[in-house]
Amino acid sequence: MPPVDVRATVLSNVRLSRDYNVLTIAAPEVGALTEPGQFVMLKTTEGSDPMLRRPFSVFEVLRDDLGTVRALSILNKRAGRTTGLLYSLEAGDTVSCLGPLGLPFNPPTSGEAWMVAGGVGLAPFATLAEALVALEVPTTLFYGARTGDELYYLEYFDRLGVRLVLCTEDGSIGVKGRVTLPLEEALTALAGPNETTLYACGPEPMLAAVARLAAHYGQRSEVSMERTMGCGLGGCYSCVVPVKHADGQTRYVRSCIGGPVFDGAAVVWD
Amino acid sequence: MADLDLSLTIGSLELPNPLIAASGCFGYGLEYEDIVDLSLLGGVATKGLFLAERQGHQPERIVETPSGMLNAIGLQGIGVRRFISEKLPLLRQRGARTIVNICGTTLDEYVEVARILSDAEGVDALEVNISCPNIKEGGIQFGCSLDGTFSVVSAIRKVTSLPVIPKLTPNVTSPASFARAAEDAGADGISLVNTFLAMAIDVEQRRPKLSNVVGGLSGPAIRPIAVRMVWECRQEVTIPIIGMGGIMEARDVLEFMLAGANAVQVGTASFVDPFIWTKLLDGLKDYMTRHQVSRLADLVGAVDTTSPAKAHA
Repeated sequence: MPPVDVRATVLSNVRLSRDYNVLTIAAPEVGALTEPGQFVMLKTTEGSDPMLRRPFSVFEVLRDDLGTVRALSILNKRAGRTTGLLYSLEAGDTVSCLGPLGLPFNPPTSGEAWMVAGGVGLAPFATLAEALVALEVPTTLFYGARTGDELYYLEYFDRLGVRLVLCTEDGSIGVKGRVTLPLEEALTALAGPNETTLYACGPEPMLAAVARLAAHYGQRSEVSMERTMGCGLGGCYSCVVPVKHADGQTRYVRSCIGGPVFDGAAVVWD
Repeated sequence: MADLDLSLTIGSLELPNPLIAASGCFGYGLEYEDIVDLSLLGGVATKGLFLAERQGHQPERIVETPSGMLNAIGLQGIGVRRFISEKLPLLRQRGARTIVNICGTTLDEYVEVARILSDAEGVDALEVNISCPNIKEGGIQFGCSLDGTFSVVSAIRKVTSLPVIPKLTPNVTSPASFARAAEDAGADGISLVNTFLAMAIDVEQRRPKLSNVVGGLSGPAIRPIAVRMVWECRQEVTIPIIGMGGIMEARDVLEFMLAGANAVQVGTASFVDPFIWTKLLDGLKDYMTRHQVSRLADLVGAVDTTSPAKAHA
């Protein structure tokens, strides 16, 4: 289905911390079409300052009691101009929302699913977890953040029946250190290859580490890449990721239409 | 008004309206086929093509600046032969009027690319990129010299009967003299402006924001300069001008046309709003109705410079 552009009213804006918020917007036309891993391009203001839209993973697709899609949310972390504006929006404000865009995650053909999230990289995993649980795929979330205060939506995943492996850099909750520590331990414990599919989203060094670990232990990985985007539709060639192709050549692939989800084994990491 | 005529011609190229998707901003056009009726556009200027495939610069490739953006993509592209086999037939099927943007690192490469495209079915015109600010070899070295501009355009002119439209750089003192060189060399029209060479620095990290260090500025920030350059070129040449630079709405299209553009290209604005085309068309028709203009082409160069407009509060 082609993407649609809607002027969406903000239904709620829950500040999770001084930097993180969950913004819920009435864009049911977009939400109803969204598959896990896809993104939307948001613009907070009319006019040209800021001018460009910014890409965000769809966090939740929200339904009413009858199952009809009413809204979608994004998990936002304040970093620049637009993320700052998205943090400060209030119910009743509007944003322009274009989507859904990009290629979604592919569910595993067999075995388990392990989602690996770093910080705001949790964003695509709420919808993925729902889809995996619906497919009765045993699902684990490896989730790392700087501190325990920045581990969000744990109840949400717990309620779905997702196994949680938590870690924090300060050790306040779960394993102390990077999320790749418990991940490698778990990979070591696997009996053989192709038992699990890894899904990763977070800082690029984490994605590279997850892809390498997956390859080393013979497991498949899919990574959701973040890039600066101009259009989200393949027009501008800004958001490229180097990908090794079947002919052995490395080519830049536009992450807006050839991603943002990539085969971790095909991405050429720095 | 019943019949509004928005059509124009550039050499043998006939366009139903003046709205062209700008090269480098619209992929090969087909990226947009699900959401934009390509036959509705005046034309589609496709992403710049060399003979061979090209990977372009590493990211970061764009950065937003006040009312604009810098880009240094580095002309990533699939090469002219793959374009002809994979893209051109589909563009024809969709009814697009295809203006193929061509590049070269040498004069011979420009000529070869032009020759290959002239033998292909479905190319409506050649836009000759002699103005990309982001690559070292080729392009700009021709576009920044009057002799270079003349020699590229006349060499391409000799090998093709397609309309030849060099795309000029604004990064020279007098774009109008380059317009003159292009017209003298046999160009059917000119496109202007390409982007303004610019730079943005992250002061915390003390590093450039683009991997290429410098890039081309586009968007509404450059529009008044681009309008001035189109107006200057209109004094200098009689061939059609395709004006561009920060067009965001119909009023901006009209501004370029009044300055002397016969058609326009829209780039950055379609990043922000991919559905902009019908809005621009509606805006033009609304203006024509309000001002009782039945033929849009009558507005080309029609700015009255004898006295300024009354200031609005």
